Amino acid sequence: MQKITSLRMEHITKQFPGTLACDDITFSVGEGEILALVGENGAGKTTLMNILMGLYQSDEGRILINGEEVRFRNPNDAFSAGLGMVHQQYMLIANMTVVENIALGYKEAWSPVKLDLAKVRARIVEISEKYGLAVDPDAYIWQLSVGEQQRVELVKTLCLGARFLILDEPTSALTPQETDELIVLLKRMKSELSIIFISHKLQEVKNLCDKLLILRHGAVVFEGETADHSMGDIAALMTGHEVELPVNKEEACNGTVVLDIRNLDVQSDRGFLALDGFNLSIRCGEIVGLAGVSGNGQRELAEAINGLRKVERGEILFYGEDIANKSPHHIIESGMGYIPEERNTEGIVPAFSLKENLILKDTERDEFSAHHFLKNKAIEANATDLRVKFDIRSPNTSVAAGSLSGGNIQKVILAREISRRPKFLLAVYPIRGLDLGAAEFIHKQLLEKRREGIGILLISEELDEILDLSDRVAVIFKGKIQQVLERKDANRRTLGILMAGVHDDQTV
Amino acid sequence: MTRQFKLTYKFTIIILAILAAMGIGSIILLAIGADVTKTYLVILLEPLKSTLQISEVLLRAIPLSIIALGISVAYRSGIINIGAEGQMMMGILGTTMVALSLPTLPKIILIPLAILTGALFGGLWGFIAGVLRAKLGVSELLSTVMLNYIAAQFYTFMLRGPFLDPAEKTLGGAGTPQSMRLTKNLWLTRFIPRTRLHTGLFIALALAVLIYLLLWKTDFGYKMRASGASGRAARYGGISVGWYLVVSMVISGAFAGIAGAIEVAGVHRRALEGITAGYGFSGIVVALFGGLSPIGIIPASFFFGLLIVGSDMTQRLVGVPANMINVLQGIIILVIVSTKMILADPYLMERVWRWYQRHCKTKPEVEA
Ligand SMILES: Nc1ncnc2c1ncn2[C@@H]1O[C@H](COP(=O)(O)OP(=O)(O)OP(=O)(O)O)[C@@H](O)[C@H]1O
Ligand SMILES: [Mg+2]
Repeated sequence: MQKITSLRMEHITKQFPGTLACDDITFSVGEGEILALVGENGAGKTTLMNILMGLYQSDEGRILINGEEVRFRNPNDAFSAGLGMVHQQYMLIANMTVVENIALGYKEAWSPVKLDLAKVRARIVEISEKYGLAVDPDAYIWQLSVGEQQRVELVKTLCLGARFLILDEPTSALTPQETDELIVLLKRMKSELSIIFISHKLQEVKNLCDKLLILRHGAVVFEGETADHSMGDIAALMTGHEVELPVNKEEACNGTVVLDIRNLDVQSDRGFLALDGFNLSIRCGEIVGLAGVSGNGQRELAEAINGLRKVERGEILFYGEDIANKSPHHIIESGMGYIPEERNTEGIVPAFSLKENLILKDTERDEFSAHHFLKNKAIEANATDLRVKFDIRSPNTSVAAGSLSGGNIQKVILAREISRRPKFLLAVYPIRGLDLGAAEFIHKQLLEKRREGIGILLISEELDEILDLSDRVAVIFKGKIQQVLERKDANRRTLGILMAGVHDDQTV
Repeated sequence: MTRQFKLTYKFTIIILAILAAMGIGSIILLAIGADVTKTYLVILLEPLKSTLQISEVLLRAIPLSIIALGISVAYRSGIINIGAEGQMMMGILGTTMVALSLPTLPKIILIPLAILTGALFGGLWGFIAGVLRAKLGVSELLSTVMLNYIAAQFYTFMLRGPFLDPAEKTLGGAGTPQSMRLTKNLWLTRFIPRTRLHTGLFIALALAVLIYLLLWKTDFGYKMRASGASGRAARYGGISVGWYLVVSMVISGAFAGIAGAIEVAGVHRRALEGITAGYGFSGIVVALFGGLSPIGIIPASFFFGLLIVGSDMTQRLVGVPANMINVLQGIIILVIVSTKMILADPYLMERVWRWYQRHCKTKPEVEA
């Protein structure tokens, strides 16, 4: 197969109803280069890559590979030209195994009468050995962590013979360690392929990429060498202003305990105890950061607190009332706010409009309905208001929430949960997929809520986020709290050690 | 892409779909040796030629629309009700029971009471399927079909036993399984002289408005639609998805029951076999054809009423068996499903848009 020595997109323009997603974009990527594609949420990064992959057709512009114009009418055309993409939302089928998933796209193993799974398996082994990507071919997708699924997507793309990789926010759901591994791997692969890398994390961009392309409102606002610019410069170019993530500097408040979790046992989907004698309490007016490698019980904890998962044993005292195994409705009514991990399937109803999604939990409130009749004007006004306040990029308030860009979907959820005036907020990876400007805004909002006196439990893998915002830091490991630290005692090193399961005393 | 183009595109697809359905129908008509054009002309135009015929079309549109409205509520809440046939039978039994046992009640009380009882009986039948699904996870496709069988047997039993017309039992009677003629106080007014068209028409229209308001203007409707569109997100939002599944099945069943009640009170005036006449199944097609919204269901039910009356006439006028309507319905279901997939394919729309633009851009040059 021929190598891709150069890829060029020229004058790409794409109009969606009400949004100019790509506005006359031109760029090129040479052999063995890694191009970083960065920009705010809704800047048009995913759309541009979808055009490259033949998922969308551009209104104007052309694509050149090795100097020759190509036309991709669908993703298969792009595959056969050697392009492969790992999407922002993984496209794996949960109740099929890794081999079966990869076989779906691996046409060489198909014959009219038989699917040659052995051939697929051989190919997987070949690829994973070549690049040092360990995957278990017989694992079911639902058994895999997000990081492992990501690796499967990568292996899949490589198995299909990709000689040019497009990675759309590959690291947003990875643990720091997984991210580091991926970066090392990509650097190694650079000798054989070219890569387009989309990310909101500038550290990675600096680390990995040679060239940089910044989009804003669908247009290229900057193009250059990564090495010539500091992270601060890049952030400023991206958002148009200096970004400074806020830090919680205030005195810890010694309010009353509002959420008290005692001896909690909760099962995971796979049947083992995901939480095993879990204890944690949070006061009003404080942010407790729950640090830990994902998969140590965070998801089960969040679901149990919100009545979405059965509690086997123990109690969850919320303002004095035990809410374990209460209905989600009851828990919401008692003042719980929850920013869930799964934004596309849980946090929004994709088919509903933006404004409908913003009242998901509040249709019964007097504000939005009277005698069970919805107050359309109030719903519209609420949406208009929040759209401006949270900078949700959408043509209007009636578009389907599912058509928004990843980061903007996250903003819809945040807008709803924060503006509902909850008495407590459980925020799970709140800035995942957000651009820097939006992350800054959300962090300010969380601190503001803290000042108003509500308790916040912040579940995150980003140590910076935890250290910036928390009054206290708790570390979760295998369903138990390892240790709770005051902010002054917490730093990256101690947290890292605790997250790995080593008890603090053992290191001393 | 302009709005106008999108509308035209969708409209064209629908027209093409109708033509495709007719095309496939023609092949079958040819196969049975019928005159294709004449058959279609008879089906589509003959029923519109006189007031009497139009009234007959409307008469069929009444139960079709009511059932379809109920099915659309269930469908939007994420549960597929194919048990309307059985629920309708239960409704008929409820109405008949009230009319037989309380024949002396004045019209103004008896009619609402009888219709409500019909709704209650149909609703109960829907409730069973709803609860089975919500609590035990039993597929509604299975349970509603089974409940149809149970209802059908129960219906026959009641008509042959407890409800059987005393006149049929005597020596002169033929033993036809049917109830006696129900009290006049139950009869719905026929408001156009020399036709059978009854005031059930207005009930159907009122119900359509009601469903529109319920689904799109109330918090109930919001929650039902949310449960249907994304159960997981609805649960997260504090909506008890299971409860709304059950409620929507009760509404769906109740509507089928009302359709049965109105058929008895407006058309047949007694319970007899064959009243349901497949309305419960055609209602599904009407609901889908009407895009699961009252605004679409009203014209769709008229169209299907037309097909039913029209194909009755083909039997007389062109000698094509009336069963052809079932064949046509089958074809229409297939065409609807494919059309929906085509309409939901943004890539195809893009391609057409591109083609259209190229076409329009070159056209002025040709003219110049
Ligand atoms: N299918 C679609 N229909 C209508 N609008 C769309 C569609 N897909 C994307 N958009 C709009 O196009 C714009 C660009 O979206 P895109 O997904 O490319 O952003 P992005 O740069 O990838 O953002 P993020 O960082 O949040 O993932 C957004 O305003 C989005 O609402
Ligand atoms: Mg994106």
